[in-house]
Amino acid sequence: MQAKRRLVKGNEAIALGAVAGGCDAFFGYPITPQNEVPEILSSEMPRHGRVFLQAESEVASINMVYGAAAAGLRAMTSSSSPGISLMMEGMSYIAGAELPCLVVNVMRGGPGLGSIAASQADYFQAVKGGGHGDYRCIVLAPWNVEEMYAFPGIAFDMADRYRNPAMILADGVLGQMMEPACIPSEPPAASHPEKPWAANGRNGRSHKNVANSLVIDPHELRDHNRKLQAKYQQMQAECKWDTRLADDAEIIVVAYGITARIAFSACKLARKRGIKAGLFRPITLYPFPAKPLLETAANAKSLLVVELSSGQMVEDVRLTINGKQPVAFYGEMGGVIPSPAEVCERIVEAAQ
Amino acid sequence: MSTIIERPGTQTPEGLNCVFEKPRAMSDKPFHYCPGCSHGTYHRLVGEMIDEFDLMSRTVGVCPVGCAVFAYEYFEFDMVEASHGRAPAVATGVKRCLPDRFVFTYQGDGDLASIGMAETIHAAARGENITVFFVNNGIFGMTGGQMAPTSLIGQKTTTSQAGRDPMLTGQPIKVCELLSSLDGVAYLARVPLSSPKNIKTCRKYMRNAVRCQLEGKGFALVEALSPCPVQWGMTPGDAIDYIDEKVVKVFPPGEFINKLND
Ligand SMILES: Cc1ncc(C[n+]2csc(CCOP(=O)(O)OP(=O)(O)O)c2C)c(N)n1
Ligand code: SF4
Repeated sequence: MQAKRRLVKGNEAIALGAVAGGCDAFFGYPITPQNEVPEILSSEMPRHGRVFLQAESEVASINMVYGAAAAGLRAMTSSSSPGISLMMEGMSYIAGAELPCLVVNVMRGGPGLGSIAASQADYFQAVKGGGHGDYRCIVLAPWNVEEMYAFPGIAFDMADRYRNPAMILADGVLGQMMEPACIPSEPPAASHPEKPWAANGRNGRSHKNVANSLVIDPHELRDHNRKLQAKYQQMQAECKWDTRLADDAEIIVVAYGITARIAFSACKLARKRGIKAGLFRPITLYPFPAKPLLETAANAKSLLVVELSSGQMVEDVRLTINGKQPVAFYGEMGGVIPSPAEVCERIVEAAQ
Repeated sequence: MSTIIERPGTQTPEGLNCVFEKPRAMSDKPFHYCPGCSHGTYHRLVGEMIDEFDLMSRTVGVCPVGCAVFAYEYFEFDMVEASHGRAPAVATGVKRCLPDRFVFTYQGDGDLASIGMAETIHAAARGENITVFFVNNGIFGMTGGQMAPTSLIGQKTTTSQAGRDPMLTGQPIKVCELLSSLDGVAYLARVPLSSPKNIKTCRKYMRNAVRCQLEGKGFALVEALSPCPVQWGMTPGDAIDYIDEKVVKVFPPGEFINKLND
């Protein structure tokens, strides 16, 4: 199918990307600024013979996802910060039971009811586990509408490969903005790997399948945890990142999502002022692209991390850089978005 | 542990007639339940249903968090272990994706009527085509005998030590009565598991609840009034008497809704 270039909204791209990525079932509860995702899927999913259900809450959504994932289907939900908080127990169960699924968080301002403006303050929750117990989610951070469309499929593939929940961490700006993107009018055929572990009825299978995260024996639970940790180690090889103007950069600006767009513009402004600034953009926030960052920053004099938070990813950057170079931070909170000129000023400061 | 399972009507290698057997849907794992508990009885009845309707190859059961948390050990079909209270949502996820499977939940009263009440009501309201086997023992068994929303007025529990006070915690929630107002419900029945006669009635109700799903009628629930002798601080015998004398007065048994012939 010929993909025509047209204006597409970020949330629309997520929804169409989910269909293209082979999502079999969507369960969700409305919350701003991601409402277009369930709205579009409420007609797109049935049109393709797939499941859409508006759940009674985010707690129910994630548990419906759990059931559908346990049964071997590609299941997803989408929400924004407060709703994602409600899903944390369920995500921990899904990670513990080693089931693949996709959760989209179009982040808004917090804490509490916060605001409906864009934020990146859920980074810790997304990449450090979020719910109880030692588990991690695969976390992908798109920076434009085309990636909003492409990432659901990539996330489903990774989730299936590792039998682990995956998250797309976007924000209110990415969700709400429109930009030109090439999106096929009909979804391509998505891959659906075999899931011999699925609890979908024995139907001749010699053994029963149980989706479960209860391991009552401490030694067995330790071994289960070791297996999970080994899996997270293995995932490190899958980290994804992007660099711009970084080859000769004296200062590396590290940012993800919408902030990376602003930071990239700021790098170009800084170069006009004679400062060699370059961008490092983590695409997988978990696994964090630590080695690529080290390599990219090897010849830089300093780094600047820019986030829409009080400073969350900066901790991972500092752990990675481990004191080799100074790492400055610039964050805005509560839905305030810095302009490229403001970020440029911080680059100038940090470069001195 | 090795067991020789014979079918009724056949003979054992020793030449004995087999008159009673374990359902094929059940595993050989010995139950971990306390003496006098009826989780074991209710499990067996579930196993009988799966055998009777020949559902083993297409059943997905959903276990609760509560004393029945290990239910997946006792059955031979596929199962999903849900988080506390969320079994109806998990079952919804399975059933919506695989509508030709037989999907049931097995839940206690803390699971179904306390933490999971929202999921229960909404699954029922949607007319979700699942079957719920509900064990109401009026207490949180697993966590050590705390008060449940179904505990009787005056009932002593570890969190209502002077007896449940309605001024403080309200009146017991009657799940069948509560769900009766919802149009999505196809079958609702309550029965005490207090005698062989009542167990036969329970079997009949469960059969109806299974048929509802197989015939696509919608949400079906059977509430079994069950003893928890350990947390009630009673002998198994006294616990049964307590059900027949006290519990049924607050939770009247019978069929509340039956749309099988609609
Ligand atoms: C989120 C959460 N809260 C609390 C618990 C602790 N908990 C486990 S079982 C249970 C109550 C079980 O009571 P019920 O559903 O009546 O089942 P029973 O044990 O009586 O069969 C509680 C509160 C938990 N596991 N998860
Ligand atoms: S605590 Fe009560 S419900 Fe739990 S196994 Fe013992 S008797 Fe049964």
